[in-house]
Amino acid sequence: MESAIKQKPAFLPDPLAPVCKMLQACIQCGTCTASCVNSFAMDQTPRRLWRMVIMGQKDEVFRSKTFALCSSCYYCTLRCPRGLPLTEAMAALKQIAAKEKIASCKSGTLFYTSFLESVRCHGRVSEMEFMTHYFIRMKNPVAPFKYTSLGMRLLSKGKIAIPLTKKKKGPGSLKALFRKVAELEQLS
Amino acid sequence: MKYLYYPGCSLEGTAIEYNRSTQALMKLFGVDLLELEGWNCCGASAAESISYLLSMVLPARNLAIAEKAVKDMDIKNEILVPCSACYLNLKKVEIKIRSQPELLKKINTVLNEEELHLHGNIKVRHLLDVIITDFGPEAILPRVKRKFKDFLIAPYYGCQCLRPYIIFDDPEAPRSMEPLIEAVGAKVFDWAMGGKCCGASLMNTKKEVGMELTTAILKQAKGADAIITVCPMCQMNLDAYQNNISKRCGENIRISVLYLPQLLGLAMGLSKKQVGLDLNLTVTQEVKAIFNHYC
Repeated sequence: MESAIKQKPAFLPDPLAPVCKMLQACIQCGTCTASCVNSFAMDQTPRRLWRMVIMGQKDEVFRSKTFALCSSCYYCTLRCPRGLPLTEAMAALKQIAAKEKIASCKSGTLFYTSFLESVRCHGRVSEMEFMTHYFIRMKNPVAPFKYTSLGMRLLSKGKIAIPLTKKKKGPGSLKALFRKVAELEQLS
Repeated sequence: MKYLYYPGCSLEGTAIEYNRSTQALMKLFGVDLLELEGWNCCGASAAESISYLLSMVLPARNLAIAEKAVKDMDIKNEILVPCSACYLNLKKVEIKIRSQPELLKKINTVLNEEELHLHGNIKVRHLLDVIITDFGPEAILPRVKRKFKDFLIAPYYGCQCLRPYIIFDDPEAPRSMEPLIEAVGAKVFDWAMGGKCCGASLMNTKKEVGMELTTAILKQAKGADAIITVCPMCQMNLDAYQNNISKRCGENIRISVLYLPQLLGLAMGLSKKQVGLDLNLTVTQEVKAIFNHYC
């Protein structure tokens, strides 16, 4: 009986728990919201989002786009009277959304994973390669057109290169490091 | 004098003029920049959006090879970084491992895959910090060959060289670029946007929101001749979408967005080519005329 319980835990670990721990001392003063440059576009203010995390309202937290709108300006972190790592808490929510494949965050997650795929293979990022990756994975035929004008201007200045025509500089593949990171994260 | 140098991915691509002008400027100060051999991407804003451990490991790998490099080359244990995003990612690891031995252990477990080891004795320094602290206007003034009189410059610092770590400037009301601008004979444009956010990677992931932020900054810069930046992401966001933004808000907000070492380098006698002025996307006719007049 006991071993059966051990094999199948009654509760899966709560993905919000580590973020909740970061925010425990929040006094709901709202300095973060008042300092946030992107709050005008958010469906929940940062202050409300922290409360939702602390209350364990997972569905509501990930239904919100607030954390995806954090541009890491660190104003809230700088000003928080409790010294909480608020920008890191936003990033932690992005990480959970990526891991749990939250649908509303799909485009942002694809953008970042395509970027990292380029880094994993070559150690450095090649803009052309990673954007190509991103467009393919987006499966949206019009997505590339949003970038065409800027892409052409950068190309004409020699600032981005077509991957096949340029010999790759850099440290080479970082696959071993990426693999080890994934392995350690699975354990924790 | 020698500094270990971490250019970062942007400086090899979209911000190539930042790389070129930084190297050329430092040479005028008598400094050799020794590029860190085998450096890798710092993770940018991508790693921290996907995995915390990865966002620590990618900068840590650079710090680990930098520790080895400064020892081998017998130079001071510092690494100079011009890109603010790279700077903060590397700085974060430098600072966090000081008080988190468990994190350091975990990082080293990963780095061990490449037989690397991080001790934590390298100091990460932003280019702006090095220019104002190690050189400053007193090193610039005697080397100035052209004084850009009546050139009105808006200093733009962005976020990540100022916050969250308070290292060399006021994190909300930065002023460190002002004496440098004055040293080259130009005037400082008085504005409150110097430390505000350009939208960073929102320009790719949530473009509408990113555009709001750059529009606000560019509107406030009206009246200045140029904006000076120290970050490739800020430079790109402020430089690349000016046509769209002008159309959007129905007024001409076009302005030249230059890198700090481009301005200083030109004043100290470098040619337009040497600072890569042909590579910025927007250089207005007015600014071209000013530089043509002096250079």
